Amino acid sequence: MPTQLRGADVVVVGLGAAGGVAVLPLAQAGLDVVGLEAGTWLDRRDFAPDEIRNNVRDWPMLVKKTEQERPTSRATAAQTANQIGSHPMMNAVGGTTLHYWAQSWRLNPWDFRVVSETARRYGRTRIPAGSTVEDWPFGYEELERYYDLVEHEVGVSGQAGNVRGRIDARGNRFEGPRQREYPMPALRWTGFHEKMADAARGLGWNPFPGPAAINTAEYGGRGGCGYHGYCNKGGCPLDAKNATHLTTIPKALATGNLRVVTRAHVTTIQVDGDGRATGVNYLVGNTEYFQPARVVLLAGYTYENSRLLLLSKSDAYPNGLSNNHGQVGRHYFSHHQGAGVTALFPFDLKAWYGLPAQGVAVDEWADDNFDHSGLGFIGGGNLWAMSDRRPIGAANSGTFGRVRAWGSEWKRYIHENADRSHSFYIQKTTLPYEDNFLDLDPRVTDALGFPVIRITGEYKENERLAAAFCQDKAEEWYRAAGAIEITRGGVGGAMGASTHAYGGTRMGDDPDTNVVDRWGFSHEAPNLGVLGASVMGTSGARNPTLTSQALAWRTAAHLAESWSTIAG
Amino acid sequence: MSDTPPPNTISRRDLLKAAGAAGAAALAPAALGAAVPTGNPAVPRALPTLATRAPVGPLMNLTAAETEILSAMIDRLIPTDDMGPGALDAGALRFIDRALSEAEADSVDAYRAGIAALDRYARYSRGTPFAELSARDQDSVLIDVQTGSATGAGAGFVGNSAAFFNLVKDHTWQGTFGDPQYGGNVDFVGWDLIRYPGVRLRVTDEEQRMLEAEDLEPARRSAYDFGQFQAGQSGGGAR
Repeated sequence: MPTQLRGADVVVVGLGAAGGVAVLPLAQAGLDVVGLEAGTWLDRRDFAPDEIRNNVRDWPMLVKKTEQERPTSRATAAQTANQIGSHPMMNAVGGTTLHYWAQSWRLNPWDFRVVSETARRYGRTRIPAGSTVEDWPFGYEELERYYDLVEHEVGVSGQAGNVRGRIDARGNRFEGPRQREYPMPALRWTGFHEKMADAARGLGWNPFPGPAAINTAEYGGRGGCGYHGYCNKGGCPLDAKNATHLTTIPKALATGNLRVVTRAHVTTIQVDGDGRATGVNYLVGNTEYFQPARVVLLAGYTYENSRLLLLSKSDAYPNGLSNNHGQVGRHYFSHHQGAGVTALFPFDLKAWYGLPAQGVAVDEWADDNFDHSGLGFIGGGNLWAMSDRRPIGAANSGTFGRVRAWGSEWKRYIHENADRSHSFYIQKTTLPYEDNFLDLDPRVTDALGFPVIRITGEYKENERLAAAFCQDKAEEWYRAAGAIEITRGGVGGAMGASTHAYGGTRMGDDPDTNVVDRWGFSHEAPNLGVLGASVMGTSGARNPTLTSQALAWRTAAHLAESWSTIAG
Repeated sequence: MSDTPPPNTISRRDLLKAAGAAGAAALAPAALGAAVPTGNPAVPRALPTLATRAPVGPLMNLTAAETEILSAMIDRLIPTDDMGPGALDAGALRFIDRALSEAEADSVDAYRAGIAALDRYARYSRGTPFAELSARDQDSVLIDVQTGSATGAGAGFVGNSAAFFNLVKDHTWQGTFGDPQYGGNVDFVGWDLIRYPGVRLRVTDEEQRMLEAEDLEPARRSAYDFGQFQAGQSGGGAR
């Protein structure tokens, strides 16, 4: 029998990007909060600028929970799914915000209204066949104040493009109106970024710097970015990356209302006979505990959110918690960020000291920012010219067919060209479909014997056409900036596991097609909330973290305001 | 293979090769310079002498015979040549041996089997042990291995030979261009080859401008020279 612990008002499962934010408004409201985190605290000493450790060996962590829960993946239900090589996430207080790229975009207003806006502008028939996409239950305007709260609480640097309807050409003129400027200026541009921006302007496009949860000035008692080049999958040795273990979690701890339990491996969410959540079971080593709570907030990564629900079977929920409508795991999609384009320039880019959140964005070809009348797809992609170069990666960059990739000729080639290639990864509108989903793998289990999640998903025609269209635009931009070689990646294929994984517990008003309501609480178990991109029903053309953090704040604030109703 | 020298000695072939390369460099400074873009702050440095070449002691995970074959392969992937030091000079062999004791322990069998298959394929297809082939013939064997065509019952690789090629290539690149902490990239020869200006924790606007003006000296240090970082596993910290 598990050791029964003292009850809490709220137990938050996972202290990463979303859970790590939600604890702050809860603790500030005076609620007694327990945060369960499978990983441990990490700090600057763990963040060596070491490519072998961070990028080759996937961070040798003491806690290997995610590693033992690597999903299996297949393109279609007719195939057998195989376990992927490494998990895109990690376990730590702060979760993957410790080593993520920290791009902190808001979604554009269109992303909340894909169905109605498409119907209005082009006709309902333009929604791709088989897609289960819905409008969000609210618009951008509803989330704006939470975007604003998170940008200022966590600390986001950037250049506004639309403050209360006033367009600023230095920023993104396509963004929704924001109530004020970013709290810090954008990350700097190098000579190469200026060159790319000039080329974009020459094409009639509007280049602007992207937003990042990275300090560019003293903020929150910590200094600015050092541009050391090891930000991609690396923690910040200067504490300039605003991971939640440095921002909202310590601030919540300071209220005295948050208890953090590390190395807590949550196995199941428990319910009573009425189907209300009563708390969670977790293991620390081989010892099992039960943490009772009046409200449970599930804040794992997208894969773990669906998995924990599906593993938590009971009399009230024989097919998994909150799954009596069969929606857990549905409406899943991995953001289409592949179909990249790579260029070779006849000059050094001087890209060694930079980071993926530093760069030049072009939004002309994203969302519905252009006329799709004669096109076979809806949505589009954000073009992003970033910096991301480290030695092993640079030495492994492609040779564009100019030389064999080893030997003396290669040495001559790489000596000249290691700093001359550049790649666009292009984040594109990705839609949910009937036959793309998550479920429990029937064959593969974790170290405890529980099934891992199985991803079934492939990119469909809409995503492939959008990808090819964006590749054309990317090539146009590269050529305008002087590229001498261009290669393109494939446009489709299996979705696979992703750092941008959406759905499985989608948010919406209709319980027949959504797991959680407009506030993020289960349609079936009213005191169970879900946080993270697993509640998002559309991807937009940009990184999901800020949106999942704004949603997490909104769910937590709603819980505090409606405590007696939700806690029962 | 009976006359294979122990791995901690320098073979006659190494001696000849190093002497030849050093001679080429001594004779052709202009040719060497011509290969380098003008204004380049990190000209390939002087070729290694036998004294500076990274010493390889007895390996922990491979026999002397296996070591000789693997050395010959690595030396063709990133050769010591008129461009400067290669993977052996960088200590890639020592890097691999250490990795096979730690993070890459699962690959020991793949190395053993792959090295044996490489040599078997060289003997079968070229009539000579791999390490004794000319550089040109070694390259042609490696192309077969890379493209996956070095297969055949009893004649070479049992599975896809490309997997072995990619395994060795990945580790050779890690041992040449990775942080020196792991035993490779000795004297920063890998970072000099690709003109990487080195590990810095903070790069000011001025330093970025200096880099763009070809005016920033390479920082020659390991991440762990900063002293504030712990190597090995993360997550032991208490709070």
